[in-house]
Amino acid sequence: MSARAVSRGVELRGVVRRFGEQTVLDGLDLTLEAGTATALMGPNASGKTTVGRLVLGLDSPDGGVVEGVAGARRTAVFQEDRLCAHLSATENLRLVLDKAEWPRVEAELRAVGLRGAARDKPVRDLSGGQRRRVAIARALVAEGEIVVLDEPLTGVDAASKKTLLAYIADRIAGRTTLLITHDRAEARALGARVVRLRGA
Amino acid sequence: MTSTTADSSAPSRAARRFGPALLAAVFWVAVWQVAAWAVHRDFLLASPVEVARRLGELVITADFWGTVGWSLLRIVAGFTGAAIVGALLAVLASWSRIAQTLIAPLIATIRSAPVVSFIILLLLWADTNVLSALTSFLMVLPIMYANILQGIRGRDRALLEAAAVFRVPLLRRVRAIDVPAVVPFFAAASRVGVGLAWKSGVAAEVIGVARGSIGERLYEAKLFLSSADLFAWTIVIIALSVAGEAFVLWALGRAQRRFAGGAS
Repeated sequence: MSARAVSRGVELRGVVRRFGEQTVLDGLDLTLEAGTATALMGPNASGKTTVGRLVLGLDSPDGGVVEGVAGARRTAVFQEDRLCAHLSATENLRLVLDKAEWPRVEAELRAVGLRGAARDKPVRDLSGGQRRRVAIARALVAEGEIVVLDEPLTGVDAASKKTLLAYIADRIAGRTTLLITHDRAEARALGARVVRLRGA
Repeated sequence: MTSTTADSSAPSRAARRFGPALLAAVFWVAVWQVAAWAVHRDFLLASPVEVARRLGELVITADFWGTVGWSLLRIVAGFTGAAIVGALLAVLASWSRIAQTLIAPLIATIRSAPVVSFIILLLLWADTNVLSALTSFLMVLPIMYANILQGIRGRDRALLEAAAVFRVPLLRRVRAIDVPAVVPFFAAASRVGVGLAWKSGVAAEVIGVARGSIGERLYEAKLFLSSADLFAWTIVIIALSVAGEAFVLWALGRAQRRFAGGAS
């Protein structure tokens, strides 16, 4: 599968990020080892999501460097679902895939527990947990050697978490992954090295 | 047992929805009839019955349909041109601050200048055959530009970021994110624009006395002091404007459903 073909490490060195007067990251050093998962934990507003945005290339540091991301294909489960609400789950996944890979979509949605009519409804008509499954499937079906999972299991019921964690663990194997979470059990289930972030 | 509740409630729902509007229309037609009786001079204020009779006479002639077609073609051309150029300018302005700075005074001037100034200027520059098309175009353009630009700016930034991360191809992104965001603004612009296109276009035809146009018929109604003709043609203009607006909104609804229906 092309999504797992290449993997590279990411290095943040001396990263500073300010928003107005507030310094969110102050000289952060962080290494995401190639092909492995790193879990970033820490209190609210400690800058975890900002690190995710820097790795995704959606934000630039005010100081320091983010190495290993230039030109890399990235994929993500964002903190919010960020799905096209008027499109179905199937269409949301197709959006990020080459046409040749569309036949995979049904199996991926089944793997995250989305079956039958739920796949073809506009995602705005799905429950919060179902939308989260679609967001997870979209991120992990998409090509990307670097994966950012920002609290991927938010809104998912406890019974489904185990299935989804198994799905995520399988799909991120061999890909450089940044997991942002408050839940140490999630990090353990994904075999992630835990890094704690203290607020700046 | 089969329930008949839905069937019996359908007419009452329709009555509740359209009843008040129908009653209001009947009320104003009655006021018009009473006013016509009071004035008692057909050339000043024809009665609704007289106008209906005149309209009946007109619609069975080939000349009527030729006149309607003449004006319809040009006003639709002006409206369509404004929609296309407005959309292109809005896209350009959303991409480039320089383009936006250059376009802004042009749009502000067109929006603020009296329509009559444009009509007279266009009479000097262009043939009366294209006068109504150009006038409609100029009047609708600022509305289209401003609304479409607002729609583009109002797109969901979080979705655009996601599309950038997933490297969604441009055409797919336009269909899945951009078009659904812009369509409601385009629909709002169309709702205002269709009526404005007819008002300004027909005004241009009257001032330019464009041969074979609805405007020329209105001008003749004034010359021959025929308020029945004036009202009959005005009803035709209103009907065309309302039908045009309904058609545009229907087409937009279809387009939106089609765009929403596929990511390919």
